[in-house]
Amino acid sequence: MSKYYQPEIETASVEELRAIQNEKLVKQVKHVYENVEYYRNLMDEKGVKPEDIKSVDDLHKLPFLTKADLRDAYPYGLLGTDLKNCVRIQSTSGTTGRRVVAFYTQADVDLWEECCARAIVAVGGTNEDVCQVAYGYGLFTGGPGLNGGSHKVGCLTLPMSSGNTERQIQFMRDLHSTIICCTPSYAAYIGETLKEMGLTPDDIDLKAGIFGAEPWTEEMRRDIEKSLGIKAYDIYGLTETSGPGVSFECEEQTGMHINEDHFLAEIIDPETGEVLPEGSKGELVFTSLDKEAFPLLRYRTRDICVLSRKKCSCGRTLIKMTKPMGRSDDMLIIRGVNVFPSQIETVLLKEGYSANYLIEVDRANNTDTLDVSVELTPDQFSDTVKDLAAKEKALANAIKTMLGINPKVHLVAPKTITRSEGKAVRVIDKRKLHD
Amino acid sequence: MSVKQISVFIENKKGKLAEATRFIADHNINLRALSIADTQDFGILRIICDDPKMADAALKDGGYITTVTDVLAAAISDTPGSLASILEVLSDANVVVEYTYAFNSSKAGAYMIFRVDDNQVAAAALAGAGIKTANQEDLF
Ligand SMILES: [Zn+2]
Repeated sequence: MSKYYQPEIETASVEELRAIQNEKLVKQVKHVYENVEYYRNLMDEKGVKPEDIKSVDDLHKLPFLTKADLRDAYPYGLLGTDLKNCVRIQSTSGTTGRRVVAFYTQADVDLWEECCARAIVAVGGTNEDVCQVAYGYGLFTGGPGLNGGSHKVGCLTLPMSSGNTERQIQFMRDLHSTIICCTPSYAAYIGETLKEMGLTPDDIDLKAGIFGAEPWTEEMRRDIEKSLGIKAYDIYGLTETSGPGVSFECEEQTGMHINEDHFLAEIIDPETGEVLPEGSKGELVFTSLDKEAFPLLRYRTRDICVLSRKKCSCGRTLIKMTKPMGRSDDMLIIRGVNVFPSQIETVLLKEGYSANYLIEVDRANNTDTLDVSVELTPDQFSDTVKDLAAKEKALANAIKTMLGINPKVHLVAPKTITRSEGKAVRVIDKRKLHD
Repeated sequence: MSVKQISVFIENKKGKLAEATRFIADHNINLRALSIADTQDFGILRIICDDPKMADAALKDGGYITTVTDVLAAAISDTPGSLASILEVLSDANVVVEYTYAFNSSKAGAYMIFRVDDNQVAAAALAGAGIKTANQEDLF
């Protein structure tokens, strides 16, 4: 088997790629203008007609889409085709208003799985490999995406989903898994469990892992590589664009090749929206070039990164993006779940607390921890420990219901949460992810 | 027959309790009893003093979260089993005791403070058993 899943695309010359992109973009803009009223209105407001978009050079004329648009258009407002042509939805966790529900036609599923197949081949996967998919299955894109990619490559696919780690290791040993796909924190956990079971990397046949859906550091990469005896590769994607596989790492492990025949990438200044030249650090924006059901144009990911077309030793010509270095909004990713501080604030206010709170995120034993401290108000105080403990518990439950993550809640005295320039410092992320 | 107890919210951080007791001393609050209940995160400092209204206002002024609760102060004799018999009386009267603590002063004698769900029922039951409950001024 080839070193590439689709060599004609992955190693195409820049001119060839540009020609593909130009053709697809013109067609896609027309498709969206005709079928997506929401985006047509945005284009009309900006005075842009489909005829104005003749090539990728005209991309900057198109309006942006943001998460707020997704919320306004929920659930069907950005559909690019009749529902009867759709065969699947996937969704992010998160509550209404924050939850992204994306639609797929069969062609959309196929192109997504192809992207994942490219990622698997890039880490050395062939039809002789046994691919253990330990991402969650269901609404979350991780499991279904890599599962589909693994099928396309022809790997023997183990649809394990996440959890039940000893069983994961047992299957890994009995069926000789060679590739594992999951979140990096789960990979680290599998490594620890392996050790606890008295086993070493020599007792398993894994050679490579594809890890994504949450931020991770080079230090974590080294730890995982050591504990599982593998090469660990990054994969990037978001439900809005399809799922994992929008970009993927190759053997060089220095950034992720973007599948730019499907997803056109731009870097913009998050303040002004101005397109920045290659090599600049800014917000990543994606235009989906051929998706039918959920064809987002110029979608602002809020991820901050750098693009580079520097020659890669793997032979791929697809542009590379760095691992996201941060966010242009205040979103946190905690245990793979997208969390906005405002969601926690909403719960606090609803439960009668003040907006003086502090969110602390850390990582202990490779698992993210969430601590929420909130100032107690005089009318919530009680002279019994039982009442106050019950209040902490009720608040923790309300936050868990909102986010799906169990926080630790701490009631603190008034005016103890640091205020800087009159505004509270609301989030401390101690995970040091951007090293 | 009950006394006013002030409860103060204290964060379970180093120096916070000392800070609060220093505050009380600096404001000339005449303490008769003090007890602390704590968890990993927070503590509740409970005090009985001669002028609860003034003390509560001073603490609130100082930025503390406080609440004033009516509690029972029952005189206990220096004989074995006197606490047990009080608790039996309360239990027989179906009174729920949230917490209790003791104090002893050379002037007023030994007392147990009871925080119960129904002060009236509890005081009547204790009176029926010949156990005296104190007023604020009895303690000073
Ligand atoms: Zn490469």
